[in-house]
Amino acid sequence: MLHLLLFFIFAAICVAGAINLLAQKHPINSALSLIVVMGSLAVLYLLLGAEFVAALQLIVYAGAVMVLFVFVIMLLNAGVEERTEHGSRVAIVLGVPGLIIGLGIVAWVVSHLAGLDKIAIGGPTIMNGAEVFGNPQAVGRLLFLDYLLPFEVTSILILIAIMGAVVLARREE
Amino acid sequence: MVPLSYYLVLSAILFACGVAGFLIKRNIITLFLSIELMLNGVNLSFIAFAAQLKSLDGHIFVFFVMVVAAAEAAVGLAIIIAVFRTRESLNVDRVNLLKL
Repeated sequence: MLHLLLFFIFAAICVAGAINLLAQKHPINSALSLIVVMGSLAVLYLLLGAEFVAALQLIVYAGAVMVLFVFVIMLLNAGVEERTEHGSRVAIVLGVPGLIIGLGIVAWVVSHLAGLDKIAIGGPTIMNGAEVFGNPQAVGRLLFLDYLLPFEVTSILILIAIMGAVVLARREE
Repeated sequence: MVPLSYYLVLSAILFACGVAGFLIKRNIITLFLSIELMLNGVNLSFIAFAAQLKSLDGHIFVFFVMVVAAAEAAVGLAIIIAVFRTRESLNVDRVNLLKL
């Protein structure tokens, strides 16, 4: 019951942040509402027993990536978004809620047909007398044993991304 | 305990918000934020299915999605800075040539 209550509170914060991202005109407001979405998603990950991913969500996403975004917004001194009026206002006013509600209903119907709405999930999972599901130890063991090669490849990807960012953002002489 | 379908519906709503933001927003930074929102929606369904299947593979996938998102943000923001230097604008409608 507490799980359901916490889910509804943080799901509501999450959706409110996502809609605020769409509604705000200034990019810094959109970035800050995205941080709200990411923070409440971290709580939902904790409800699902994914402790390691919840920590990563806060440190990497809400921390590092969003600091990068906010830094660039302030560096470029980005002002209020200028509108180029060639789109249909009716399409925006009706289309956006239609898209959101439609995709939500599709997800509900598909998961109802598949019988997924009867499966209750969340909470800590007890295996062999200890909580092992989703804690850093279990995820780290899987990451460094079964997924070692993809993990090392991501380090090369990050290295290339760093070099690419430095080369692209360099001032032309 | 929360039914799995609630998480899937929330994930679909977040993804739809990301798609809508990508289509209606004109600021190039806000477009990037919408992409991050879509990635977050997908991550939520990964974690929900991982909890349902009692499998940690979904967590590993989310880890890799986060790595790719961080790399994409670094390169994408560098491109935005390069574009802003030459165009003096963040409006995507003004960026209609590949040439810098």
